[in-house]
Amino acid sequence: MSNRPITEDDLHGYVDHALEPEREAEVAAYLENHPDVAKRIAAFSDQRSWLRSALAPIAEEPLPPQLNLARMIENRRRRPSSFRWAIAAMLLLSIGGLGGWVIRGATSIPAGGLAALAQEASASYNVYASDRTRPVELRDNTELADWVSSRLRRPVKLPDLTRSGYRFMGGRVVPTAHGPAAMFMYDDDRGDRLVVLTRPMTSDQNAPMAPLSGDGVAGFSWADDGVGYSLVGPPAAGSLRPLANEVRKQVQTI
Amino acid sequence: MSDMLRQIEPLIPALRRYARALVRNHAAADDLVQDCLERAVSRWDQRREDGNLRSWLFAILHNLAVTQFRRTATRGQHVTIDEANEHEIGQNAVQEQTMIYQEALGKLARLPDEQRAVLLLIAVEDLTYAEAAKVLNIPVGTVMSRLSRARERLQQEIEKPADNPIGNVVRLRSNP
Repeated sequence: MSNRPITEDDLHGYVDHALEPEREAEVAAYLENHPDVAKRIAAFSDQRSWLRSALAPIAEEPLPPQLNLARMIENRRRRPSSFRWAIAAMLLLSIGGLGGWVIRGATSIPAGGLAALAQEASASYNVYASDRTRPVELRDNTELADWVSSRLRRPVKLPDLTRSGYRFMGGRVVPTAHGPAAMFMYDDDRGDRLVVLTRPMTSDQNAPMAPLSGDGVAGFSWADDGVGYSLVGPPAAGSLRPLANEVRKQVQTI
Repeated sequence: MSDMLRQIEPLIPALRRYARALVRNHAAADDLVQDCLERAVSRWDQRREDGNLRSWLFAILHNLAVTQFRRTATRGQHVTIDEANEHEIGQNAVQEQTMIYQEALGKLARLPDEQRAVLLLIAVEDLTYAEAAKVLNIPVGTVMSRLSRARERLQQEIEKPADNPIGNVVRLRSNP
């Protein structure tokens, strides 16, 4: 037995089962002779067990789709590495240096990428969501799905946000610099409107969910398997992330 | 790649538990964990091969949570535990009364953020004192003093009479 005095740290180590067996025995012996301290330490031990059992159910809940790690890894793998991006950026910079102002407009937005998509979605939101007369061109689900699928030359699924409190209003085909895009609009009981824009991607074919904000809008954009999506709404509409996750989940099950 | 999946995936439930106990909001906590996982995936190659994966993930998550605390604090929406009144906490419990852990989260919420973090990492997530120090980027001595204060404070909360009937029910079920 050592003659080292028992410290507060030893007592907590005892509660957390973090002591070497020899030291643990010394603390146990000490507690036997000091009932007041023993009472406090017993309370801490009870507290520890209570916390662990009370919080255990959280770790046993099934994981929601937004925490699907396999999908995150897959999305990451299919994206060009940051190294390649760095080379591309350097190339653009050197071209910029040589070409000067001639191409400055062209490089302000990554052509066809997620940033461009987010800007197109924001523009559609600003123009159409504020339109009280004719916000959407078609209200019929089937007719709309056929129309946008034929213009985008791929099956387009209409996301359903009813369970999140947003009704489907309809949609239309909208022009972008990268070809036609499908725009869908939703509203809730307060009249807040949301816009989902989707089109094939020329770059950023797979990109993880990224927030967008500015121009009085908020939202999220992402791309899976060459198709980009952007969900845009008013910044005051609460978190749009669960809605974006919901849309992403639904369109992936085509 | 599958190596990353195999190593990280089993730790997600613990990350969720820590996040929820830290921020007390189901959706906000899962958003934090999602951000954490996305960061972990993108920085996988930058981690130290011999390093402790669990500490690494908890550190990423904790830093994201702290950033969020600061953001909400500057917006002035953050209700600190000392300002939170019985009414607010009681209401919250009613909304999620089916959840057995609500009472524990309610009592934990009365602790200052930094004390709550230390207690959760050590008493619930089983990190060693040295690992917790690394996650929180503080000396081990500070971990010990915060742990001690956290336990004293939580004990006071536990010994206080229950705030509402729901608290009683939960308490009986979790402490037979």
